[in-house]
Amino acid sequence: MAVKSLEIKDKEVREKFKEIERFIGSEHKLNDNQGMLMGVLHKTQEVFGYLPAEAMDLVSDRLGIPTAHIYGMATFYNYFTLKPRAKYQVFMCKGTACYVAGGGRVLEKLQETLKIGLGEVTPDKMFGLNITRCLGCCGLSPVMQVNEDIYVRMGPEKVNAILDKYRKKETKKRKVSK
Amino acid sequence: MPHKIILVKDTGAVENKGVDFNTMLANQLRDSGAAEKASIVPVADIGVYDKGLVLRILPDNVTYSNVREADIKKIIEQTVLAGKIIEELSHDGRDKQLRIVLKNCGLVDPDSIDDYIRAGGYQGLRKALLELKSQDKVIEELKKSGLRGRGGAGFPTWMKWSTAKNQKTDQKYMICNGDEGDPGAYMDRSVLEGDPHAVVEGMIIAGYAIGASKGYLYIRAEYPLAVKRIEKALEDAREYGLLGENILESGFTYEMEIRLGAGAFVCGEETALIASVEGKRGTPKPRPPFPAVKGLWDKPSIINNVETLAAVPQILSNGGDWLAKIGTATSKGTKVFAITGKIKNSGLVEVPMGITLREIVFEVAGGLLNPEKKIKAVQTGGPSGGVIPKDFLDTPVDYENLGKLGSIMGSGGMIVIDETDCMVDLAKFYLGFCVDESCGKCAPCRIGGYQMLQLLNKISNGEGELADLDKLKRIAYAMQKASLCGLGQTAANPVLSTLKYFEDEYKAHIVNKKCPAGKCKYLLMYKIGEDKCKRCGVCVKNCPTQAISGNREKGFTIDQVKCIKCGNCTEVCKFEAVAKE
Ligand SMILES: Cc1cc2nc3c(=O)[nH]c(=O)nc-3n(C[C@H](O)[C@H](O)[C@H](O)COP(=O)(O)O)c2cc1C
Ligand code: SF4
Ligand code: SF4
Ligand code: FES
Repeated sequence: MAVKSLEIKDKEVREKFKEIERFIGSEHKLNDNQGMLMGVLHKTQEVFGYLPAEAMDLVSDRLGIPTAHIYGMATFYNYFTLKPRAKYQVFMCKGTACYVAGGGRVLEKLQETLKIGLGEVTPDKMFGLNITRCLGCCGLSPVMQVNEDIYVRMGPEKVNAILDKYRKKETKKRKVSK
Repeated sequence: MPHKIILVKDTGAVENKGVDFNTMLANQLRDSGAAEKASIVPVADIGVYDKGLVLRILPDNVTYSNVREADIKKIIEQTVLAGKIIEELSHDGRDKQLRIVLKNCGLVDPDSIDDYIRAGGYQGLRKALLELKSQDKVIEELKKSGLRGRGGAGFPTWMKWSTAKNQKTDQKYMICNGDEGDPGAYMDRSVLEGDPHAVVEGMIIAGYAIGASKGYLYIRAEYPLAVKRIEKALEDAREYGLLGENILESGFTYEMEIRLGAGAFVCGEETALIASVEGKRGTPKPRPPFPAVKGLWDKPSIINNVETLAAVPQILSNGGDWLAKIGTATSKGTKVFAITGKIKNSGLVEVPMGITLREIVFEVAGGLLNPEKKIKAVQTGGPSGGVIPKDFLDTPVDYENLGKLGSIMGSGGMIVIDETDCMVDLAKFYLGFCVDESCGKCAPCRIGGYQMLQLLNKISNGEGELADLDKLKRIAYAMQKASLCGLGQTAANPVLSTLKYFEDEYKAHIVNKKCPAGKCKYLLMYKIGEDKCKRCGVCVKNCPTQAISGNREKGFTIDQVKCIKCGNCTEVCKFEAVAKE
């Protein structure tokens, strides 16, 4: 069974690899290999949602840059992630305004409710938790972001209801697909 | 010219019912047959905050705030179709502000180069290339204007440009610093999103002045809308012959490209930013050599902040003397601040240099959030800055004055702090940020920052000793003196400045084991007041650690050993019977 699902995935992965190669091809005209690395990594993360080890090897091979250097880049910059993302990525703003308005307590509540730490993903891959710095809605702080949705004037008491909304959405989806 | 409806992306409205206001508006426009007469443009900022959904209609230039679903029809019928202003919805602007950099934000359609040109755009470039026709003359205007960098250090812009101009090489680069990392500042984002052409025009003029043939715009990946707007602006500028070969037939050729940042605060530092553009880890290098001499790919490179560059076109079109008339003796023009904290109107304000902090807080931003509380201080300069106690509120704001008080202008974060905020906790917040963001290249910053943070934690947990204050100061001085880049050199500033003005608060934590503001939770005790408690038992159910025991007859008490100070009980108690002390 495992093999079969791997095969399907493989095909997908191959497509994704091709997309990255095409991107490298189009950038070649503008930049030298080192200069385009950041852009290629951004593209890779866009395609895969994260930076898988195989993709870093591919980039290393095509650009002639050691994987160690690429890994160094990927871990240096917060924006890049080496782990697959959860279905719903929760970002709690830890900018100054949100901190002054009591965002820390919301974050504690999130950690307590999801039972995960920062940068981690729940075992069911449903939620991931991260912090971000200033979402630019300081006037409405504390601010929390779940994928594309923004929640303003957050308080610990709102956490459960919001997470439930996404849980329900998933249960509904599952019902439909059955 | 068609009517244009410009509306701010209102996050509150999206949250409420999941209604997408843009779609709603578009549908109603179509239904009233006004689809041809108006276009909808989402913008990030129109300078009105906390007033619900805000829209501005052009060219009438009216602003409506607290707009509800029910108002849409009225707005379309009366304002869009009949050109009448609806009094009860219209919003009065604030007065002590002076908008130069934000002049166009929310007033022109950021996706329309025609709009920008109609508002006087690209006149600065025209003047530089076709009237002044000399790099030196452009730099001379900048010198007259007195413009200083808005990215932090406040270095005179003309001086940097002139250094780079005098380098004799085949290649030079111009770079726009749009990495905006200060965790409470978003003016650069507002300009990039709201007036992208101003930045593009500033970049072209700067490129001309220093003799560069290529410019890079380094923008945070977390600002996707800014990236999109700039992409479009570059495309349109190219089409209009304002970018590319032989710009405006002047013989000047210049190209520009966007580079994405990737979430590292230290990449805002010039040499780290250069490393990042080169495709390396963004770690700083010792200066000199300064980038103006040896920068990107070892070529002379100038890095300017977004706000600095956005001011350049108007300096050219109005003349340097025009800007020099605004501000104080040493600091000219305006500064945009992102004001938040315990303040009524949080948001971006642009004020002339020389305005006092008191004016900004109490007039421009509407005063304290809770007028019954007392203001304690104003923090400026973000994680590299310091606090300014309330006794100094009448200080006119400029680079020198803030520096004298132990703070900095920085990129323009401004936090209003009242008596419910704890200074130790604030210092911990900023230092924690710098420790997170330290690149780790040099020991004073990497180790010193961490050790200071440990000491602060110790103090806020009630385990501090008086000797710790000296240790903090000692490490702080070492970091200031020995760190390689600005991050480490300034990371201790929030600690030093809170210590300078609020040592008493530190001592209260250490000697009395009390947090005067009631913020440091390990120094708090939650207690149930017998007189107020109605014995409903709600707190018991909500305590995550079963720290509350008792029953309806005898009443309830909190076991201080089990209590983790989560505050749930205070929140759920309807009778305000749980107090913290
Ligand atoms: C740690 C650190 C972070 C910085 N972050 C930024 C930033 O986000 N944006 C910015 O314009 N300048 C930032 N700077 C300042 C830049 O190094 C540089 O001085 C500035 O971009 C120069 O532009 P200006 O002369 O127009 O101010 C930072 C400096 C340091 C040390
Ligand atoms: S001061 Fe900090 S951020 Fe700067 S180079 Fe040293 S370790 Fe890196
Ligand atoms: S503060 Fe939290 S842990 Fe302490 S008694 Fe109240 S509910 Fe329980
Ligand atoms: S600090 Fe959270 S949105 Fe600005």
